[in-house]
Amino acid sequence: MTHVLSLVTFVPTLGAAAIFLLPRRSDTLVKVTTLVTSVVTFALSLPLYTRFDPAAADYQFVEQAPWMPTFGVSYHLGVDGISLLLVLLTTFLMPLTLLASWDSIERRWKEFAITMLLLETGMLGVFLALDLFLFYIFWEAMLIPMYLIIGIWGGPNRVYAAIKFILYTLTGSLLMLVAILALYFLHGAATGTYTFDLPVLARYVLPAGRAQDLLFLAFALAFAVKVPMWPFHTWLPDAHVEAPTPGSVILAGVLLKMGTYGFLRFCLPLFPQATLAFAPWMFTLAVIGILYGAWVSTVQTDIKKLVAYSSVSHLGFVVLGLFTLNPQGLVGGIIQMVNHGLSTGALFLIVGMLYERRHTRLIADYGGLWTVVPAMSALFLIVCLSSLGLPGLNGFVGEFLILVGAFQVHRPAAVLATAGIIFAAVYLLWMYQRVVFGPVTREENRRLGDLSAREWVILAPVVALIFWIGVYPVAFTSKTEASVQALITQVQTKAAATAALAPRTP
Amino acid sequence: MTDVLAGLVAIAPALVLTVTGFVLMALDLLPPRGRREHMGFVGLAGVVAALVTTVLLWGSDVSAFRGMVVLDNFALFFNLVIGYATGLVLLLSMDYLRRRGQESGEFYILVLFAAVGMVIMASANDLIVIFLGLETMSLSLYVLAGFFRSRIEAGEASMKYFLLGAFASGFFVYGIALIYGATGSTNLDKLGVAVAAGAGRDPLLLIGFGLLVVGFGFKISSVPFHMWTADVYEGAPTSVTALIATGSKAAAFAAFLRLLLASLRPVQADWALLLWGMAVLSMTVGNVVALAQQNLKRMLAFSSIAHVGYMLIGVVAGGALGNGGVLFYLLVYTFTTAGAFGVILLLERGGEEAVRLEDTAGLANRHPLLGLALTIFLLSLIGIPPTAGFVGKFYLFGAAVRSGYYWLAVIGVLNSAVAAYYYLRVIVSMYMREPEGTPTSVVPSFAGALALVVALWGVVQLGLLPAPLFDLAQSAVLPLLR
Repeated sequence: MTHVLSLVTFVPTLGAAAIFLLPRRSDTLVKVTTLVTSVVTFALSLPLYTRFDPAAADYQFVEQAPWMPTFGVSYHLGVDGISLLLVLLTTFLMPLTLLASWDSIERRWKEFAITMLLLETGMLGVFLALDLFLFYIFWEAMLIPMYLIIGIWGGPNRVYAAIKFILYTLTGSLLMLVAILALYFLHGAATGTYTFDLPVLARYVLPAGRAQDLLFLAFALAFAVKVPMWPFHTWLPDAHVEAPTPGSVILAGVLLKMGTYGFLRFCLPLFPQATLAFAPWMFTLAVIGILYGAWVSTVQTDIKKLVAYSSVSHLGFVVLGLFTLNPQGLVGGIIQMVNHGLSTGALFLIVGMLYERRHTRLIADYGGLWTVVPAMSALFLIVCLSSLGLPGLNGFVGEFLILVGAFQVHRPAAVLATAGIIFAAVYLLWMYQRVVFGPVTREENRRLGDLSAREWVILAPVVALIFWIGVYPVAFTSKTEASVQALITQVQTKAAATAALAPRTP
Repeated sequence: MTDVLAGLVAIAPALVLTVTGFVLMALDLLPPRGRREHMGFVGLAGVVAALVTTVLLWGSDVSAFRGMVVLDNFALFFNLVIGYATGLVLLLSMDYLRRRGQESGEFYILVLFAAVGMVIMASANDLIVIFLGLETMSLSLYVLAGFFRSRIEAGEASMKYFLLGAFASGFFVYGIALIYGATGSTNLDKLGVAVAAGAGRDPLLLIGFGLLVVGFGFKISSVPFHMWTADVYEGAPTSVTALIATGSKAAAFAAFLRLLLASLRPVQADWALLLWGMAVLSMTVGNVVALAQQNLKRMLAFSSIAHVGYMLIGVVAGGALGNGGVLFYLLVYTFTTAGAFGVILLLERGGEEAVRLEDTAGLANRHPLLGLALTIFLLSLIGIPPTAGFVGKFYLFGAAVRSGYYWLAVIGVLNSAVAAYYYLRVIVSMYMREPEGTPTSVVPSFAGALALVVALWGVVQLGLLPAPLFDLAQSAVLPLLR
């Protein structure tokens, strides 16, 4: 039995503890320690990719130990094709984010470092936990660091944004807590084993009907707020605009994926009948999100807000893919989660770099950057194109698969979603044109410096991955396919069994 | 002779505390005048001795004084809670009293005697003994609430607590009288037999129990018997507030639970409905009113009302899980609340008792460790994992779900979300605002720091490894559920 998952999850915590003991004066020492911790975490997580068996659908690198045995709670970690890429995305983005914070976080770096590392533990725990109790602990515990990052290091209206963020997500997840408890007792009453273990609960066939529907809705609300799906998205623009660059990157890159991951990991296998029943509703909300997010993005004057609303649109695609319940849609959804993490993360990084130089994020304050900062503009273009789904770059792979999946089950939704890709091209390219092309309209913009070495180090890996996934997606999709296929089979057999238990009147 | 011996064992923890109280009274006569900190440590030694006695006696099941007092695991678990509460309060009081120039021996003596009352309530198996413990505790607390007698708010707190408390006691005694009239006994077990035999429908008995609920509702400060809470919490010395919020609440819950489980379980369906309403009202009123508070002590007063609501969820849900959950939550709440008050009493401006939200501004900058400690206590009060508060709520809501009280659980979690707002406001103030003027805050002395460390240890330990103590809590209620 290996402990690689525990190691990956808790090395950041250890790093945070070490930083806690470091003297406050030596900022550089703190920064280096933080960076080293996150790089070590990334290095530790790489074997997950190389040693992962793509043919096996089951959880791998599993660790299990009793925690509260009388309650059926265990410390149970594991990774499969669904969570693998998200874990790697998290550990990959973290060092880059910390590098991006190097100068942009100006005060209290020590507290910042501790918060970020604790946040990393929380995020990894969410993706790795296979026990509902453990999952919930990480899910909620992770709110606090994010809340502090927005609230302490954010913009002028940060307190409002931080409180809005935490109250929205807390309310959603508290109802999920009741649902988790209800599932626990229903399963216990039906089978005699009281446990929070996800693989065991996933085998349990819950009778179709009101109970399953309500449980599904309680879980779905928590995840929908997190994604965020329209109409639960209103916390997102505030949080993104006020959050400091690293906060935005992590929020967009990883935190939002927890919602979509939650659908995939919990809603689908635990409540298959309800999933099928509510799929049309989810399609509707997803398509509304895609179009609404795109339209609202188009009219934004603030680049960061534009990127924030584009997340609503992009994650609509992911939700659409997940609820198609066919291999293309699911694999596309998972790949698109990674893609969105990379391209939106990179967009926020670049916005942050612009902001560091000019202290404004308004589109109108820029223009003609191509002549001033050509390298930055070129990378900016690649990232924009990746985000709008240009073939050859990563975004295309995910969106294409999702649409292929959607066409098979719900043609109108697929058609409308495709329109969303066009709108994405509109708002991204229009914004890019106003910021980068044309004459230099502002004197202040003439003296901007191009990418520094540190900024190259931040952006180059992301751009490399953007090309890698775009050109050779099999390196990533192959890891997920077995698990996705197993999940779909599980949903379908369980849904059939559920329907047999209590036939639903149409 | 063996009877006497059994009796002494049954009241051993209370005896240890009483003897310590007498020793303190003697010590108070000795010089030097003024310096009384050593009395706090002697009192603490007594409390620790009582805790050790409790642990040594664990597992005993003694009934003494003709069944009026029992010492079972249920009582012993509450002794633990009361012991921790009293110990923390003593530690917090030492340099607090000195800073306020109010050092005097009576304070420690009264705290000890209040603890004696609480321990007696936990062991009482007879309405008369419950009343005895209740009054011993309450009289000490009335005096303690007004201990800073030069302050007008202290007078108000003491007076209000005394008048309303006396009123509640009146209800309580009248309830006992009616019950005695109906059944001819005040012994809880005999009452249980009478109720099981059908006396539960006797109007005299029903009214009697209703009056007892008023008395207990007052002591645990649940809505609608909560009117005194905010004023008393605000006016009393902060360490006394901590004692009222933790120890006295635990003691009242002990007696209340024993009454409900030993005597009234045959008619659980009837009182569960009543407590359902009290739970919902307490949670909702407590949290909503707390939203509007600027004074931290008042805020925590209303939050304590809300927490009583959460605990009543466990009582309504019943069973080993629900009642064990209440016991566990009381322990968690004791550590958390004592810790929170322990930080707050360091923030008081000289001579003033009012700690306002602004007084915490920038605390995380000035005293990162104090800020972190208060943050952890507040997170535990919200119920964010991995703190103990989360596990406590998890058990309570779990019990509600298991017993089918889904609505109660949903109302409970929604209330937690409301509560998050006002607790987070303090964290916002500590970490995200700059102080106006020159805020005062004092670095805790050794005793105060020790109290905070113990409280933090409790919050973290019960959050990460709750299983052993929760199993203990569950095993403590099991005998009562037979």
